[in-house]
Amino acid sequence: MFDRLPDTALPPLPGVGYKPQHYRAIMEDAGPIGWLEVHAENYMGDGGRPLAQLRHLAERFPISVHGVGLSIGGEGPLDAGHLARLKHLLGWLQPASFSEHLAWSTHDTQFLNDLLPLPYTKATVQRVSDHIDQVQEVLGRRMLLENPSSYLAFAESEMTETDFLRAVAGRAGCGLLLDVNNVFVSATNLGTSPAAYIDAFPLDLVGEMHLGGHDEQTDDAGAPLLIDSHGKPVVDPVWALLDYTLARSGPRPVLIEWDNDVPDWPVLAQEAALAGRALARVAG
Amino acid sequence: MNVTQTAFRQAVLDPARPAPDGLRDPQGGPAGRRFDVYRNNVVAGLSDALEVAFPVLRRLLGEGFFRAMAGLFARAHPPASPLMMHYGAQMPDFLAGFAPVAHLPYLPDIARLELALRRSYHAADAAPVAPDALAVIAPERLPDLRITLAPAVQLLGSDWPIHAIWRANTGAGGPAPVNRPEAVLIARKALDPSLHLIAASDLAVLRGLAEGRTLGEALDLGGDAHDPGPVLGLLLAQGAIAALT
Repeated sequence: MFDRLPDTALPPLPGVGYKPQHYRAIMEDAGPIGWLEVHAENYMGDGGRPLAQLRHLAERFPISVHGVGLSIGGEGPLDAGHLARLKHLLGWLQPASFSEHLAWSTHDTQFLNDLLPLPYTKATVQRVSDHIDQVQEVLGRRMLLENPSSYLAFAESEMTETDFLRAVAGRAGCGLLLDVNNVFVSATNLGTSPAAYIDAFPLDLVGEMHLGGHDEQTDDAGAPLLIDSHGKPVVDPVWALLDYTLARSGPRPVLIEWDNDVPDWPVLAQEAALAGRALARVAG
Repeated sequence: MNVTQTAFRQAVLDPARPAPDGLRDPQGGPAGRRFDVYRNNVVAGLSDALEVAFPVLRRLLGEGFFRAMAGLFARAHPPASPLMMHYGAQMPDFLAGFAPVAHLPYLPDIARLELALRRSYHAADAAPVAPDALAVIAPERLPDLRITLAPAVQLLGSDWPIHAIWRANTGAGGPAPVNRPEAVLIARKALDPSLHLIAASDLAVLRGLAEGRTLGEALDLGGDAHDPGPVLGLLLAQGAIAALT
């Protein structure tokens, strides 16, 4: 258990995933943006432009550090060297929040640069919560764990994803990052109800929400297969699911993720403004 | 049937293998194309990273060829670390052994150049010495002087015209490449690395300095006819000297 430190210091406002090509536009007029999220691994170099930009941004905005390389769901031990690099980054940056994924990406010494799935069993609850425990002890802070996009199921799974996340959060004392697009993608792909997922989710543990675009394909049987691509606007059913969620959770920091085919700043700012309107609808 | 991460990884990286048993579609059938999502994400994600890392290689090879080559490279050499900024270090050796590009023998050195530019971009910051820092040192002290190059400095020599090829394929202009050996210095005056053509004798001197030799010892490596004035001037002008001791 790790319950000594606060959850997130991000404001309940829209944020965006930071892209270097937007640096000038953001510094001139951030529009509806109340905070920024960066991928931890992009800021683990020794110096140069990435770190210089991040230092300037951090003077103006609360920063959320989002890791994509810790492989918390990995069968093997966590990469101690990577954890040390993360500790160094969080140490000098002192971000408002740190989050990672319920996924694995490293096996043996190979990093596959993708968020790969794991079965929901008692054994994986134990493994994931032990890893989170270690991360929180090394970093000296509570982290948020993000729900994945699923394309398939494991025959060996013993529990639902929401029960799994509740068990992990209870055991490790971490918070949760609720990716509303991932909920929609997974529910569509696995033939379940996105609203029922939100109803079963421990919303009191949610320190941040994510939104992003997805691609539409079909599986071998012609059933819809949505791909979490972060390369398009958020679709209307996902905006509706955000409204459904915020009505139950109250305002939370909401992030727009747009990582591929990144648009010019006004398009991204417009998406963030839509998130701002959704938040305003539930603000007391 | 439990799916190990070893089995999952093997199948992700090898399209000839079936999806692991124990992965299901919503009706309880085999995962089929659903598993291919992970295969595609892994190879496309790594190929995207290589495309960003090697823009000149991509231009020289064309997008279709580059993506096909990148997919083969990614399956053979997945990253060894979550720091994607370092990904692709084996690209020069891979290209040197890749039969379809055997007729383009300069490609491995272009890959080395693009790797060096990326190392320079992410290298530690260092305050440079003043532009007159060498001029104010008594001439008799110069031979024993040690020049510490900035962390962002990279040196590369090639049997091929790497500087001209790089310029011609980045819109930087300059003369058409002629078939000759070229050497380059990469420096980072502020935040953007810059590429400078230097003589082979300059390269020998700078490598001597980088190895920690004194200026006198390093100059001996440049040969009797070498005039060190221009390259030392270039180092000072580009903020490439971090310390003089």
